[in-house]
Parts: sequence; structure tokens; C-alpha cells
Amino acid sequence: MKIMVAIKRVVDYAVKIRVKPDKTGVETNNVKMSMNPFCEIALEEALKIREAGLASEVIAVSMGPPQCVDTLRTGLAMGADRGIHVEATTGLYPLNVAKIFKRLVELENPGLIFLGKQAIDDDCNQTGQMVAGLLRWPQATFASKVVLDKEKQVATVEREVDGGLETLSLDLPAVITTDLRLNQPRYATLPNIMKAKSKVIKKYTPQELNVDIRSDLEVVQVTEPPKRKAGVIVSSVDELIEKLKNEAHVI
Amino acid sequence: MHRFLSISLKSNSLRRHHSSLSLYTHLSNPLNSANGSSYAHHHFYQNPTSQFGFHPFFSSGYSSLTGFYTNPTGFYFMKPPFRSFSSETDRESMEYDVLIVGAGPAGLSAGIRFKQLCRENNVDLSVCVVEKGPEVGAHILSGNVFEPRALDELLPHWKQEEAPISVPVSSDKFCYLTKDRAVLLPSPFHNRGNYVISLSQLVRWMGMKAEELGVEIYPGFSASEVLYDTNNKVIGIGTNDMGIAKDGSKKDTFQHGVELRGRLTLLAEGCRGSLSEKIIKNYKLRELRPAQHQTYALGIKEVWEVDESKHKPGVVLHTVGWPLDHKTYGGSFLYHMKDRQIAIGLVVALNYHNPFLNPYEEFQKLKHHPAIKPLLEGGTVLQYGARTLNEGGFQSIPYPVFPGGAIIGCSAGFLNVPKIKGTHTAMKSGMLAAEAAFGVFNEGLNMETYWDTLQNSWVWEELHKARNYRPAFEYGLVPGMAISALEHYILKGRSPFTLKHGKPDHEATEVALLHSPIQYPKPDGVLSFDVPTSLHRSNTNHEHDQPAHLRLRDPKIPELVNLPDYAGPESRYCPARVYEYIPDEKSQLKLQINAQNCLHCKACDIKDPKQNIEWTVPEGGGGPGYSVM
Repeated sequence: MKIMVAIKRVVDYAVKIRVKPDKTGVETNNVKMSMNPFCEIALEEALKIREAGLASEVIAVSMGPPQCVDTLRTGLAMGADRGIHVEATTGLYPLNVAKIFKRLVELENPGLIFLGKQAIDDDCNQTGQMVAGLLRWPQATFASKVVLDKEKQVATVEREVDGGLETLSLDLPAVITTDLRLNQPRYATLPNIMKAKSKVIKKYTPQELNVDIRSDLEVVQVTEPPKRKAGVIVSSVDELIEKLKNEAHVI
Repeated sequence: MHRFLSISLKSNSLRRHHSSLSLYTHLSNPLNSANGSSYAHHHFYQNPTSQFGFHPFFSSGYSSLTGFYTNPTGFYFMKPPFRSFSSETDRESMEYDVLIVGAGPAGLSAGIRFKQLCRENNVDLSVCVVEKGPEVGAHILSGNVFEPRALDELLPHWKQEEAPISVPVSSDKFCYLTKDRAVLLPSPFHNRGNYVISLSQLVRWMGMKAEELGVEIYPGFSASEVLYDTNNKVIGIGTNDMGIAKDGSKKDTFQHGVELRGRLTLLAEGCRGSLSEKIIKNYKLRELRPAQHQTYALGIKEVWEVDESKHKPGVVLHTVGWPLDHKTYGGSFLYHMKDRQIAIGLVVALNYHNPFLNPYEEFQKLKHHPAIKPLLEGGTVLQYGARTLNEGGFQSIPYPVFPGGAIIGCSAGFLNVPKIKGTHTAMKSGMLAAEAAFGVFNEGLNMETYWDTLQNSWVWEELHKARNYRPAFEYGLVPGMAISALEHYILKGRSPFTLKHGKPDHEATEVALLHSPIQYPKPDGVLSFDVPTSLHRSNTNHEHDQPAHLRLRDPKIPELVNLPDYAGPESRYCPARVYEYIPDEKSQLKLQINAQNCLHCKACDIKDPKQNIEWTVPEGGGGPGYSVM
């Protein structure tokens, strides 16, 4: 069984970001980029499953500008067998990514797809769900534990939901998105980084895959959140009620 | 065509044989501490599978401290008192012809030059650069007014190849500051033909150039130990084990470090490099020259984005005087880069006397000066950082060659103090070492050639001319400036005398009794900031669940000496607030080490009065994330 893992190249989580002066987005020039932390967890889970003998191959997939290849190489260094890079110079929104993914699934025929629950740059939390919808596959999101039964072709997934933990049973093939507590991603060691240089990364463009990546969404403006105003100490309950009524308009 | 690794899980039979001799001198082992300090811990985890029983240094062979021997080249070397033979049987090892530690200007210049020579001579030799930062350039911080002399020699077409060097110096001013005024003085600098750059950006570009030539660069891996063979020759380095928890146990993600072997090893770790310091001590490289001790300064820097109207690319300003007093050497710099960015910083020499001095707070004060404040108002801080730099110059350069390799760049110390430039000399030293290394492989020459070519190069001439400026300030600011003027205008570098440095920096700190605490103004959040806010701007991070990389040789000294005698100076000079004295349950002040904040500046390693703090390298990929510094 093949496992496909989606990997996104995002601004590194430790970097202090700022908005571009023209407000069209976040400054990504000269900023450190790395693999999305949830994607690392997704890849780690796929590798664990392969190492348990339940899968034959782990394919890492990334979409975006040419530099995505660096992120894919890190994925290959962690242990993925091969990579697929879909090169797109314009921004890709979750639905576009999901459509391209569907095409790749038709070409590769994996039995399981892992994605991170969301990317830390846009926090959309949509792609995994859309992929499952387009493919009409079962999905389990926010996975904190995954157990595969190869014979019965069933995945038992524990999900972290607001009320606690929910356990789902999915027939394969299925889509799983990963949450923080699923596992601890491994380090890419130096020897593995070297081995990764010879692993294959296949390149596609959206045109080759016959996917239309025009989007119905357009980012109009990006601004910083308003600075927190200083608190005001009120002297009496009446003053508090008056402020809540007339200034904050909450009562 | 790079040489492919040999992933052989080999145990070196030579080393095993030697380790079995285990001459453990129990008597005066300064590294062994009664309660099994974390220093010993660290070594334990380098060798978990040893068959020689459980004790901290089971795999080390100690030889006597005395005993000269001649190595094949005819030079006398003393046996290092501490040898670490790993009895690791499952550490992988990779071999290269040249191994370079540190992807900075010196390291990358060496890599580039070596590969250029390989191409010119149709020879295929492998070069590997290992770098502790998460990417090339992430740990690079410098002023920087760049003198392109070395780059012109290394990559003459840098302009066509779009090096990030585009802002020529347009004006060069020098001021003496008092609390309220700025007095213009004749500028001792000659920056015409130089450029205002971000060194972090330039190093990234150099990294690309190096990779194009076939240099293999591996960021995210820290070189934590030097590997020796049975003849005390350096054969490479070992990277840090990764995935060790704070208490020393192995986590699920544990990965052994890797041995990177080089036929030649070049150490390019920058100022106060952790491995370089060990090598200098082991091979007594300072005594060999002979050289004085190294002296240092701490530079704290911010990059601001200011109003278009206030920004003039290429403007260079240096100041002396306020906020530092006449007994403290140092000064500030303010350079206008491109894209409305300006670099502003304060450099404080670390031989200051007052233990209450807080270089970070002095820098915050500086930004409020009436001559500087207007420029920054309305701007935003993009990045913050700090790093120590060498001020010892000519007198402090150690003999830079050791069996198996050489030291290049600021790890040896080629900074020209009156020019305040070290990048061009670091690069040239890397190039000369690469040429010597190529001679070793291609013509059977000796690494000592590096020492010879260094002494015949413009680096030596420049540093020799500049040697008296800094030591002159031992006598105070005014005598220092007077002697500097003498050197500069009258003697023009032909002085018959060579001034000596004063006490080593850590010995210069006077006891707290002789001084009174300095009251620093509270940060206003617009021009001046508190440390956590600034630290956030340095993009610093470390995996929190790892052993603290700042080791105390004796864990009792902070509370027994640093705090009562010197009022805990580490809580003041550290620009990242790593060291804090916090009251414990019994209301006793105890030292807390917030290793995760560390900016890798090395100030603590230099300035700790009893030299009790040892900076060791944390897990690779951590530390600051500079991109425009």
C-alpha cells in the first residue's frame, strides 16, 4: 500500500513575521522557511506505518514555487521514498490544492493520505477535508492516534475534539489529518540528508495535470491586528456598567 | 562530483586499543565534579555503549601534561592533556578531504577557494561545511561596512553575480557624544570604496556560490567534539547527539551524532569558537607564537525600518563617549542600508570594570540621545541580536596551525580594531588556508604554509599597522584617543613599540563593593525595549527539552562567588537574559539558566569572573535566526 503525505513550505514557526508595507501579505523575503509542523507530524506517522510493515512506500507531495524542493528534500531525508513537486508560481488556495491532489491520487493510487490538520501560515484547516470530499473517501481529522488493520483494511483513529476524544473507524482508502499529539517527528540525520540527494522528485505543473487553479478567492488586504489598548481601572460598579453599556456596547 | 560517504558502522580498532589503556588521572581533573555535574553528563551520552564500565570519562585516555614530541613536520607540540576517544561502535562516519566547521565568511571563503583550485587543476576533492545555525547566515551578525578587498580576489565578478552589495558608503562621520550633544570629530575612518551591507545576506549569497562549486553545506548540525587519532592529530569532528531530554535521557527521537572526518579540518567558528578554544588550549597555540590573550567586546545591534524621509542610504556614523564612561572602551555605529533599513548598535569592550554595567541597557539609553532619537522615531525594529567580537588584534593571534588542520577567521582573531572590520581579513585567512590545504593534497606541502602566506599577506601588514590603537585605551579614553591620533597622523603605523593588552577581560571586573548599582531608565516601548521583547525579534529558539548547553564547571560558584562578590554580572551582560538570580523556596537567590534564550554570543564564556561558565554547542538548528543582520 502506498501512502501519500502532503507537505507545505511555510514561514518557520520561530520567525517573527511582519506585514508587507503594501499590505498584500506577510513579508516572506529573507525569511526562514521550513516544513509546516503538522506536515512533519503527518510524514512521521506515515514513516512509522511503513516501518511497521503495513505500507510499501511513502510519497511526499508539495506544491508551490521552486524552493519547495528544499522542503521535499527534508522530507526525503526524514525517510520518504520519493517526492512529487507540483510547481505553481501563483498562490494556491485549499480548493486548488485539493483538486491537484485528487489528480495525483488518480495517478498514484495510494491507500492512505496524510495531511497536517492546518498550515501555520493561513490556518485554513480545509485541504484535508476537501481532498476527502472530492475523492469521496472517509476522513478523520485532528488525529491523535492512528491504528491500522491491514487485513480488514480499516483504520481506527482517535480524534481530538472539543468535548474530548472521539474514536472513528475508517475503511481504507481514507484521508487522515494530523494533530499535535500524534507523534514526535524525527530529526533528519546527516547521512540521511546525503542519501536523500539521490532520491527522485517528480515535477508536474497544474496544466500537465489538467487542473484549473484559478481561484474564487482573492486576498484584498492583510493588516496587523490592532494593538491592544491599555486597560482602564474603574472606580465603581456604576462606572463599570456605564462603560460596558456606552463604550463597549456589550449590554 | 562530491565524494560519497562511507556509512560504515566501523569501530576504529586503533582507538579501541588505546582506550583500553585508560590512564585516568583522578587527581587534578578539573572537569570531574562531586555531584556529577551536567558537564560529565554530556560526555556520558557521547559514549553510551562503552564496555569500560560506568564512569564519566571511561573512554578517555589521559596522558601527562608535560612531554614534548616532534611531529613529522619538525614542530614541537605538547601532548594535549585531554583526549577523547570515542568507543562508539554505532556512530556513523563520513569522510571528506576538507572539513570546515562554520559557514561564515571565513569558512565559505575557504570552501570556495579550495573548490576553485580543484577546478583549475582538474582535481576532484571533497569539501564539507558543517554549520550549527538552522540555515546559512542565521547566526551571522555584523555592523557591517564591508571592504570588498578579499571578495574582489575571491569572486571578482560579484557584482554581475548579484551579490547583495549595493549601497556604497556616501558619508563617513565620527562624533563624540555627551548626554545632550554630539560633537563632530575628524573621522579616523576611510570608508570610501566600501559598502554598507547585511553580512547575513552576503553570507547566504556566498553559501549559494559555494554550493554551485560543489561545496557540501549542512546547516542544522553542531560540531560538538574534536576527533583525534593516536598521534594527537585532529581527524575531524563529531556532531551533537540529537534528541536527548533535559534530564539526560534519550527521547524517542534520539539520533546519534555523526563523525565527520576530514584529511584536513578548518575551524571557522567565529569569535570564541567552542572547538577552537579547546584546540588552542590543547596544543598551546598561544604560547607557541607567542601571543597575548585575546580581548573581546560585545556588540548589540538592531535593524530598524525608518521613515523614507529620514533614510539616506550609505550614511555611516560612529560615536564614542556617552553613554559609556571614560574608563570603558566602546562606541556606537549607525549605518543606513537599503530598503529604508538602518543598522544601529553599541559595542562595549568586555574588559569593563564595573560589574553593574549592563551593555544592553546602555544600548537602550543610546537610542534616546537627541542626535539619534529623531531618526528612529516612527520606525519599527525588524531584528535584534548580539555577538562578541575580537579586539586583541595582532598581539593576540595564536599560532593558527595544528596537527590535522588550521584555524581561520575570527576564531583566530583577525579583526582590525581601528577600522572595526574583520570580514575582509577573515575571508582572506580562509582563502590562504584553502590554498595551503590544496598544496598539502596536490603537492605534498605542509599546512604551515598557511602561517607563512598569512605573514606575507596584506592581512598581516594591516593588522601590524593597527596593533597599538586598542591597547592605548588601557590608559583611558582621552590618552587612548591621543595615542591613536599619534599613531594615525604622525607615526602612520611605523611605531617602534608594540603596546600590550591589560588584564584578560574576566579578570578586569572589579568587586561590587567598589561600585554602586546603575539605575537604568525603564524602556518606553517605542525606542527602548525590555529584553524579552528584543529577544523575540531575534527569532531565537532552541528545542526546550535538551540539556542546558551552558555548563557550570563548578555549580556552587555562582552563589558562592559571582553573586556575593560581583553581584551576579552574568545577569547583566547577557543580552538574552539567560542568567537570572531567582529566590528559591527558602528565599535564597539561586542562579537560573534559561538556556533556550541563548543568542550564541559567547559573552558569558568570556566575561565570567572565575571562567566557570562554559559555552558548549546546543543541538543543531537552534539559536538566533538572523536574516538582515
